[in-house]
Amino acid sequence: MKRRNLLAGLAALGATGCSRIGDSTAFAGLVDAAQRLHRGAHRALGPGSGLAREFSPDDISPFFRGNGTIAIPSPDYRAQSATGFTGWRVAVGGLVERPFSLSLADLRALPQRTQITRHDCVEGWSAIGQWTGPQLGAILTRAGLEAKARYIVFRCADRLNGAPYYESCDLDDAFHPQTILAHRLNGAPLPERNGAPLRLRIERQLGYKHAKYLTAIEAVATIDGIEGGKGGYWEDRGYQWYAGI
Amino acid sequence: MNRHAISTRIWHWTNALCVIVLLMSGLNISNAHPWLYWGEWGFSPDRAWLAVPRFPGWATIPSHYSLAAARDWHIVFAWVFALSLLGFMVAALANGHAARDLFTRRREWRWSLFAQELRRYLRFDFAHGGGKYGAIQKLAYALTIFVLLPLMIASGMAISPGMDAAWPVLLDLFGGRQSARSIHFLAAFALLGFTIVHVVLVALTGPWGQLRAMIVGGPGNRDEAA
Repeated sequence: MKRRNLLAGLAALGATGCSRIGDSTAFAGLVDAAQRLHRGAHRALGPGSGLAREFSPDDISPFFRGNGTIAIPSPDYRAQSATGFTGWRVAVGGLVERPFSLSLADLRALPQRTQITRHDCVEGWSAIGQWTGPQLGAILTRAGLEAKARYIVFRCADRLNGAPYYESCDLDDAFHPQTILAHRLNGAPLPERNGAPLRLRIERQLGYKHAKYLTAIEAVATIDGIEGGKGGYWEDRGYQWYAGI
Repeated sequence: MNRHAISTRIWHWTNALCVIVLLMSGLNISNAHPWLYWGEWGFSPDRAWLAVPRFPGWATIPSHYSLAAARDWHIVFAWVFALSLLGFMVAALANGHAARDLFTRRREWRWSLFAQELRRYLRFDFAHGGGKYGAIQKLAYALTIFVLLPLMIASGMAISPGMDAAWPVLLDLFGGRQSARSIHFLAAFALLGFTIVHVVLVALTGPWGQLRAMIVGGPGNRDEAA
């Protein structure tokens, strides 16, 4: 065999080998283990609550890029948007003792947190914006989590490629002081491309975790059986559930 | 005594595998947003200092564009890369390999010596007297192992939002997340450059004996160690 053929053969073997390994359940197990190791290291290395850096107003980027869904064509949403989302409600339920729902006015009446943080997209880009909204932890405390609750699931009004967008996080992130339901960006109501009227900010993770157009917050014991079972729209399409990496 | 200690040989090949997988999956990740910025933020080509070319399938893992799958390979091998490097560093400091073969001595820091060695290399004369690595060679290895590889790890950590929350000092160290991402990219290509020169020099200095020595240990003489 000529050396060039040998090299081409090895390269082809490498390519098929990689995709074989990549598709195997053993490799999926390895990815899960690595993901848990990264999360464990991030949580162990940081002090207590490990706050994401907050920036000064001068650091705010001149534009805040929208990604994924940037407009919702549904008549329902269009009607809500036309009336300033006065009829918008977000339901808080699942494994909670006192389920309730909140209007935007209710959300604005809660104690607010304003933070200037960096948003990191999984693709690689970053933007900095100022977000305002109530802490998720306070809302969950008011609802009273049942002992079985392990995850919080976020339901959204948008559909991407025909499937509903959703996300989930663990209780550590749900009760993190910087995890807020933001209704303002840079001092103005949230633009549609950034998730109007309400989006999640979960500052220690990548952009796809920051669910937009929030309609419901649900405490659950497991993410199995919800949509694709991986805990989020992008997670169901192969992305890691822990997006702090 | 073997020319290469068992710890060196295990790490060398583990690291070679890691560097290949991390580089190739990294090129796939780069294709997701092929623009680089300085500072904390950057999201559109008009702010980019570099528009990175799209890397073709033969250079990426997986060979088709998949940011999700490429990230899986990257986060698994990042651990193998970092922990094996740490293990090798401890072993090399403990068994004297670093002090004996990798660290330059003060008396070696003479321009005349560097120039002399460089002139020999340019004549394709790679034999070193006394079976020791030359000063330039030591410097290349030491900078790669103790500066470039740790820089890959630290800049990679600074790209992670979870790690940034745990250690905000990473952002000060690199001057922002997008700067860290740019440095991660530049350091990766510096590492590729080192690897190409390394493989070419092995090929020029008795490659089969060299490979054999890095696999089974080889005879004690270090005359042609590349």
